[in-house]
Amino acid sequence: LKVINCCVWDPSGEIFELKAELNSDKKEKKKEAVKKVIASMTVGKDVSALFPDVVNCMQTDNLELKKLVYLYLMNYAKSQPDMAIMAVNTFVKDCEDPNPLIRALAVRTMGCIRVDKITEYLCEPLRKCLKDEDPYVRKTAAVCVAKLHDINAQLVEDQGFLDTLKDLISDSNPMVVANAVAALSEIAESHPNSNLLDLNPQTINKLLTALNECTEWGQIFILDCLANYMPCDDRESQSICERVTPRLSHANSAVVLSAVKVLMKFMEMLPKDLDYYGTLLKKLAPPLVTLLSAEAELQYVALRNINLIVQKRPEILKHEMKVFFVKYNDPIYVKLEKLDIMIRLASQANIAQVLAELKEYATEVDVDFVRKAVRAIGRCAIKVEQSAERCVSTLLDLIQTKVNYVVQEAIVVIKDIFRKYPNKYESVIATLCENLDSLDEPEARAAMIWIVGEYAERIDNADELLESFLEGFHDESAQVQLQLLTAIVKLFLKKPTETQELVQQVLSLATQDSDNPDLRDRGYIYWRLLSTDPVAAKEVVLAEKPLISEETDLIEPTLLEELICHIGTLASVYHKPPSAFVEGSRGVQHKRLPARAGSCLLYSPAASHFMGAGLGVAPAAMPASLGGAPAVGGGLGDLFDLGGGVGMPTGSYVAPKTVWLLAIKAKGLEISGTFARRGGIIQMDLSLTNKAMSVMTDFAVQFNRNSFGLAPAGPMQVLTPLSPNQTIDVSLPLSMSGPVMKMEPLNNLQVAVKNNIDVFYFSCQYPLSLLFVEDGRFYRQVFLATWKDIPNDSEAQFQIKDIHLNSDVASNKLQGSNIFTIAKRTVEGQDMLYQSIKLTNGIWVLAEMRIQTGNPNYTLSIKCRAPEVCQFVYQCYELVLKN
Amino acid sequence: MIGGLFIYNHKGEVLISRVYRDDIGRNAVDAFRVNVIHARQQVRSPVTNIARTSFFHIKRSNIWLAAVTKQNVNAAMVFEFLYKMCDVMSAYFGKISEENIKNNFVLIYELLDEILDFGYPQNSETGALKTFITQQGIKGQPQTKEEQSQITSQVTGQIGWRREGIKYRRNELFLDVLESVNLLMSPQGQVLSAHVSGRVVMKSYLSGMPECKFGMNDKIVIDKQGKGGTTDDPGKSGKQSIAIDDCTFHQCVRLSKFDSERSISFIPPDGEYELMRYRTTKDIILPFRVIPLVREVGRTKLEVKVVIKSNFKPSLLAQKIEVRIPTPLNTSGVQVICMKGKAKYKASENAIVWKIKRMAGMKESQISAEIELLPTNDKKKWARPPISMNFEVPFAPSGLKVRYLKVFESKLNYSDHDVIKWVRYIGRSGIYETRC
Repeated sequence: LKVINCCVWDPSGEIFELKAELNSDKKEKKKEAVKKVIASMTVGKDVSALFPDVVNCMQTDNLELKKLVYLYLMNYAKSQPDMAIMAVNTFVKDCEDPNPLIRALAVRTMGCIRVDKITEYLCEPLRKCLKDEDPYVRKTAAVCVAKLHDINAQLVEDQGFLDTLKDLISDSNPMVVANAVAALSEIAESHPNSNLLDLNPQTINKLLTALNECTEWGQIFILDCLANYMPCDDRESQSICERVTPRLSHANSAVVLSAVKVLMKFMEMLPKDLDYYGTLLKKLAPPLVTLLSAEAELQYVALRNINLIVQKRPEILKHEMKVFFVKYNDPIYVKLEKLDIMIRLASQANIAQVLAELKEYATEVDVDFVRKAVRAIGRCAIKVEQSAERCVSTLLDLIQTKVNYVVQEAIVVIKDIFRKYPNKYESVIATLCENLDSLDEPEARAAMIWIVGEYAERIDNADELLESFLEGFHDESAQVQLQLLTAIVKLFLKKPTETQELVQQVLSLATQDSDNPDLRDRGYIYWRLLSTDPVAAKEVVLAEKPLISEETDLIEPTLLEELICHIGTLASVYHKPPSAFVEGSRGVQHKRLPARAGSCLLYSPAASHFMGAGLGVAPAAMPASLGGAPAVGGGLGDLFDLGGGVGMPTGSYVAPKTVWLLAIKAKGLEISGTFARRGGIIQMDLSLTNKAMSVMTDFAVQFNRNSFGLAPAGPMQVLTPLSPNQTIDVSLPLSMSGPVMKMEPLNNLQVAVKNNIDVFYFSCQYPLSLLFVEDGRFYRQVFLATWKDIPNDSEAQFQIKDIHLNSDVASNKLQGSNIFTIAKRTVEGQDMLYQSIKLTNGIWVLAEMRIQTGNPNYTLSIKCRAPEVCQFVYQCYELVLKN
Repeated sequence: MIGGLFIYNHKGEVLISRVYRDDIGRNAVDAFRVNVIHARQQVRSPVTNIARTSFFHIKRSNIWLAAVTKQNVNAAMVFEFLYKMCDVMSAYFGKISEENIKNNFVLIYELLDEILDFGYPQNSETGALKTFITQQGIKGQPQTKEEQSQITSQVTGQIGWRREGIKYRRNELFLDVLESVNLLMSPQGQVLSAHVSGRVVMKSYLSGMPECKFGMNDKIVIDKQGKGGTTDDPGKSGKQSIAIDDCTFHQCVRLSKFDSERSISFIPPDGEYELMRYRTTKDIILPFRVIPLVREVGRTKLEVKVVIKSNFKPSLLAQKIEVRIPTPLNTSGVQVICMKGKAKYKASENAIVWKIKRMAGMKESQISAEIELLPTNDKKKWARPPISMNFEVPFAPSGLKVRYLKVFESKLNYSDHDVIKWVRYIGRSGIYETRC
């Protein structure tokens, strides 16, 4: 190995030499040669040319050599699929080896070789290994199912491996259970509606038992899986919490964090007045603090998570301020995070200590850290009123140090302090003005200009100061330009006589010489205001400012809830939902916390939401286990729908509301909704929730052109203004008279909602059954003729899986959604149902459904002159039958 | 899950690269090198996202270990795994250095294949691994069927950390209570924060599958017993028990039993391992007090006087005492006088280092120094880093005492009395700082 590392790489010569060694008769020489090959592979050299020679070494009884060859195979098989087939025999043989270690090794490696031909041969050995007598082989085979699923999901389903995997959850060996849980969780992630991880009290019990016995890693898999479960009431929730709390004393921080995740989530369901709730809160603090004595990298992960926990439940750590004090030797990433948490925990009780610390930090070396410390002092002033005075004087001390970036940072925060406490600390303005020349950062310049403009009447030479900025107007950043424009207009309104020239100058700079549209627009508005109505201008420009909030960088509540469900994971480290950094289908599902207990009805599946309709998933395709939204109004109504349409004119299935518009994307307005057909009228049921701080009014809605001409039949009736944290339910009747344009997918609907703040856009998908009309019953004779008339190539066939209904119940259910059974035939234990559907736009759909007694899978054939609707009709079938 | 694992030397050359998932390509290896190892600025986070790929890294001496993923993995688990992996490697070949990694790369690949399957960590207890990853080629491989199934049942079993059939002629165990005491003190002598983080490390050489029970002067346990009606007089037990803020245990300890009864029972791994970690913040014995006095004499001179006082029983001896007094960057010369030990100005470390080999309890010692400064234009004041201290004392600053460690092995005929037990207490300085 050393030879390779220091000599010049000569591909042809080296490979030739290796080839000879690989084919040597001597075992030792062979092994050394394979080692050299692996060494070259590691550093990125291409040794694929040696493929046949290396594979020849595979047939050996030397386990070490075998492992090396396997390693090589995993790397190169994909680039040489034809040759890889040479290895299959050995693999299959090894899977039968009497030594369990070799059996496991073979099945483990085979799963890593992503070559179709090899995969085909993997199924039989895998099936055997899943039922192997040795737990080591079984635990390896469990993971192998996940590997195979990643290569060919269909194959795994067809071969029934998923069921075998599910059985392994009841295995006697805890490690087999843990790996099966890990594999199932991963597979379930790519099948959001598959109900694969059928979590019910029995399986949960099995998992909790295995939790006590498996390895630390297994405990993590199980806890992460448990966190996805939705207990059916607060009792169950409490009993799970009780069995999870002992994990908080585990030496492995990941076990602790995953346990914290389960507890934080299930705690949501416990009534706050319960004694146990208080006990649990107390139990959470010590392990979180202990995480801070782990290695630095883990501390970082822990701190990012604590940041979330502190925002969600500040009471847990409110007495633990001291542990977040920064140590001199902490790595910078730990320091910055600790600082963040210190500010969040700052309160009147501990502010003196916090300030003393912050002052200390402001003299450190790292620029980012010092800046953050200075900013933190300002934030303390805003958060704890009693401390404001001390904070301001501390900031002034820091300005005296004349350290450039400290001064600039201090000025930025002092501006905020002025906003929060107007007319209180203006005496310091003189000191600030002394530092005008040293400001070179846009944010600090803008802050200073704002201060000068705001207090122009108290600064004698305000005009001179502002004029000095004006000289280099074009070199300033947009932020500074905008601020300067406003400040000079303020100055003019306060001292109109002396500053006429100045205001003229800035207005012409902004409107005539600038390319920035924002700046130009603001310039024109001011100009027009000043020239038409100076009184109005005064009212606008010098209007009283709204108060600024204490906490500036809180995470938006829906995102926070989602992140709490991801404690311990990367999402919690980045403070971003997984969809922001994970590609593909994985992690697109948004998790949410369960609703608080009150009545048991509210967190039944009816109230659960699946956010992601806008992401191309049909609204109804939602797993019930995915968390309930804290919906207040919608819960009960939805429940009725699920219960078979009690109180509704027809028994059509209505999907629970899903979130269509996220509050983060719509300045605090969250919209969730669903579609319903009630007595022939199509309705869009919406829940509007205000998650912003201010009242929302003036709602209106509009649809884009869509495939079936859906349009609102009247204006949206939101009569009362929507105050913060309030939810209103609205039913919007729809007509079919709108403009038509074919959409992709066909049932896509693009919606614009307007309120007093802005216009927001989202898209959602409606189930096609919305358009199935009440008079869709075909005549028998016509049915047969039409069926024959439609060419066979526009017939589509589908499988509806896992339906345990007999044909009568099924056809009754379907009729509720205007799918009419015209005839039924029974041939050899097989029921054939002939059905018809008519769409609002007159399209007829004919269907034949075959039901075999005892077989939960139905076969559905659909014929239609517009074949593109077949797929969506099938979806409706599935929806109706499964709910 | 973990998509790949790379090990680099300090130059960024790959020493080990193992890819577990198809979504991780060869370019990931380079992306980390370019964006992290060769980055111009110091790394600001142990987790880096480059082009939708997340990299977790840790460093051991000058070796970089990086785990890569494209999924929303359990981040805490990834780091725990990286540390574990270092432990396993050290257990096999000692220090993690470039040379050792190169010399053992076949072994490392074999380990990586075993302890990480499709990115899911598997049993990584060295005790279990060493039974079948031996690096002795064919001879080391288990031959009989019994041996084989013994291995597999151990690797997957409930007691994955201990194998059956261990025999010692002499049953012996060693307990080390290792504490590191951390302090941050203001110049005026006010304790800003202080805590002890302690570890109980056990070396067990016991036959069979012994059932152990560990007891210490945990306040909760003692109080419970006191209430139970024992004859302890209350005044005495107050001093003798300590309040433990939180503790964590090796996976061999039955956590549910601790949760319900607060008793620590377990079947220990063979050899050395860490039984528990704990943290205390109340009634800590601070072994040393540092009293600093810094006076700026004009712009070019600094006078420093530091007194240390030892605060424990006079019969005990502290060792390896080191006081580190930071000096400004523009120091040109230093004169030091100390009563005891040796003191030296180390220009490269910007500090005066004062070392004392031994010091008994309730003593006092002093150092004074004159620091000459070069005049500078630098407006920024010297940050005055805190004075730090290192030491080792033969007691537990938290006050923790081991009350018992009982051993039961029902199948073999040795009893608790036959086991030879040793207990040792060592208190070391953690981050022990006094601001000046």
